[in-house]
Amino acid sequence: MKKDFLTGNEAIARGAYEFGVTFASAYPGTPSTEILENIAKYKEIHAEWAPNEKVALESAVGASLAGARCIVSMKHVGVNVAADPLFTLAYTGVNGGLVLVSADDPGMHSSQDEQDNRNYAPFAKIPMFEPSDSQEAKELIGIVLEVSEKYDVPVLFRVTTRIAHSRGIVMLGERIERELKPYQKNPQKYAMIPGFAKKRRLDLKERLKALKEYSENFPYNKIEWGKNTEFGIITSGVSYQYVKEVFGDEVSVLKLTMTYPLPEKLISEFISRFERVYVVEELDPYIENSIKAMGYKNIVGKDIIPEIGELSPEIIREAFGLNKAEVYYKYDVNLPSRPPVLCAGCPHRGVFYVLKKMKAVVTSDIGCYSLGVLPPLESIDSILCMGASIGMGHGFKKAYEQEGKQSPFVVGVIGDSTFLHSGITGLINVVYNNSNSVTLIVDNGTTAMTGHQHHPGTGYNAKEEPAYAVLLEEICKAVGVKNVYVVDSYDLKAIEDALKKAKEKSGEPTAIIARRACALLKGKGPKGLYTVNQEKCRKCKMCLKLGCPAIQIQGEDVIINPLSCVGCSVCAQVCPFDAIEKAGEDK
Amino acid sequence: MTVKNLFISGVGGQGTILAGKVITRALIEHGFDVKMSEIHGMAQRGGSVVTQIRYGEKVYSPVIEKGKADVILAFEKLEALRYIEYLSKEGTLIVNNLEIPPSAVLAGKEEYPQNIIEYIKNNIKNAMIIDAVSKAKELGDVRVQNIILTGALAKVMSFDKEKFLNVIKEVVPEKYKEINVRAFETGFELV
Repeated sequence: MKKDFLTGNEAIARGAYEFGVTFASAYPGTPSTEILENIAKYKEIHAEWAPNEKVALESAVGASLAGARCIVSMKHVGVNVAADPLFTLAYTGVNGGLVLVSADDPGMHSSQDEQDNRNYAPFAKIPMFEPSDSQEAKELIGIVLEVSEKYDVPVLFRVTTRIAHSRGIVMLGERIERELKPYQKNPQKYAMIPGFAKKRRLDLKERLKALKEYSENFPYNKIEWGKNTEFGIITSGVSYQYVKEVFGDEVSVLKLTMTYPLPEKLISEFISRFERVYVVEELDPYIENSIKAMGYKNIVGKDIIPEIGELSPEIIREAFGLNKAEVYYKYDVNLPSRPPVLCAGCPHRGVFYVLKKMKAVVTSDIGCYSLGVLPPLESIDSILCMGASIGMGHGFKKAYEQEGKQSPFVVGVIGDSTFLHSGITGLINVVYNNSNSVTLIVDNGTTAMTGHQHHPGTGYNAKEEPAYAVLLEEICKAVGVKNVYVVDSYDLKAIEDALKKAKEKSGEPTAIIARRACALLKGKGPKGLYTVNQEKCRKCKMCLKLGCPAIQIQGEDVIINPLSCVGCSVCAQVCPFDAIEKAGEDK
Repeated sequence: MTVKNLFISGVGGQGTILAGKVITRALIEHGFDVKMSEIHGMAQRGGSVVTQIRYGEKVYSPVIEKGKADVILAFEKLEALRYIEYLSKEGTLIVNNLEIPPSAVLAGKEEYPQNIIEYIKNNIKNAMIIDAVSKAKELGDVRVQNIILTGALAKVMSFDKEKFLNVIKEVVPEKYKEINVRAFETGFELV
């Protein structure tokens, strides 16, 4: 048998391939992005980037209705966006198997929150599975597709960053080809008017009952008996690996893989053997509370296990009062950190410089440009969720106007991919509600933060085939914004002029599109070089306020590192003494 | 055998991910169970990057505990210090004698620690300081630092050289094969 060394995400993609998936959709988001990127490599599967997670899920539901096996993947907060179709999908059920992968991010390595999406399973009333490594992730994809089809439900497949981005050995199998399941018109099942929905609600209850029975006998929910008779541990997902790391085969472990519905009989059988049972789980006391609700009192969970952040073997060791790992070497001086920064040549830099200069209140959004909140730019006032910038900017102004007061200059800053994800409706709201708010779309022609995925505006699809490119300025005009300006993100004066014009339009909304390709996009970034003329430089350090990693202090001088500089010219525009000069077209 | 832990640290863009790929594939060739964890969300943006590799008969956790790394392979001096608590008592620190100043240092707001090599020499029981930059330049491509460092690690852990060379030939594009093979051998012989 062939084997490979795969991340959890690659293993999920492999599982989709082996178990006959033919339709996949997603919106990029760490730590889920690589699932669709890898699925897109299989010609047997139609793979697409959707503008947002809701559309991704709805498209998959359509494909499932037609009889295809489907997989939809997104980060945890993406499930919030897709929640509307998800909840009713539990009522209608599926035709072809449908798996929703939620990649959660405990510890918030790359997210704005660390919500525990296991809570969605009982909330939406859909079965949930949690793999504990790559091999299991691949195997389970096949099983959950069968569960989805047999029990007529969508399945929540929940992974976390350490599953999604850790590699393990995976045994590869062949693809099992599968024909579309036949489609039969059945509005009582698929068209949820209240009269039909009430029946499906009752049917869902029966389906969940059957799923509970399935969970009791599901072989991946299993007890590994140990010698210790004092206590046992119930765990799931990556926490299982940490528990085994700490306790080995010494302590009995109930490993839960299907975590909704929970196998209550199996859990009771396990608990009955011990005086005390610990629940080791990351984030919320999801399993713990379910077991306590069964009436058990000898359960210890979040009393000793943190409910914030990632777990680790060390944290578990400490929680159980075991020997902490000894630290042998320690360097006691604070080290300079390496926070992420906007890259040299990043087209967002100049935009934020101008906004700061104009003392704008900036409601911003999710993407690389979120880094504009950090020093030295510090231009951003708020970041909430995908698309929030436009609505928040609008509401902020309205609050002042309602009191008859002059609002500060408010600008909603949003990226191109985020605008297409959920910014358009915000902009329609601005126009509809007679707002004069300012929307600034920083268009770098890609979904940059997650590693350059295409979106409906890039002209290519997930398979790198040419596609229609949606034009942002046309959308802005079409929804009714009359003042639309397109400027070059490297042209600070043009950005400032457009913002000034927007400020003067007291009664009408404005949309400004600051456009320049991401400097890291192959073949699209600038290829020049600037240098500091030391004779002209007066060491005022204005250029350092840009926070460009290419601009450095060297002894007394400010210099531009020729290895980092790409020649965007923004620093030259900022220098009050014309001391920064072009030094070449190519490097 | 007990599970062994290899901790790789560096700065985004230094080629730690390729090094991790070569090492793990070679470990699988040795017949081990292997797990690897990477945090690289911000890797393109000059952030601190970490790759954790664990191997043995059966590996559970994909992450390494403090005080338990058999080797820390640091691609940059500051990134060696940042994770030094992970090194086990008898563990070996292999550090690239290279300084990449973080943004706050470049902007003159913080200082890059001046005494790193001295600290390592005086305090770390088993330490190897490697000038991979000059060695890579001698070979003709500064980017092969990562494979030079990988070679040093392979020797320190007494791995089978041929298995590594086979993996390098497998994963590196044709035109870079020869230089990477030489880079590995250079690193292997430095120890």
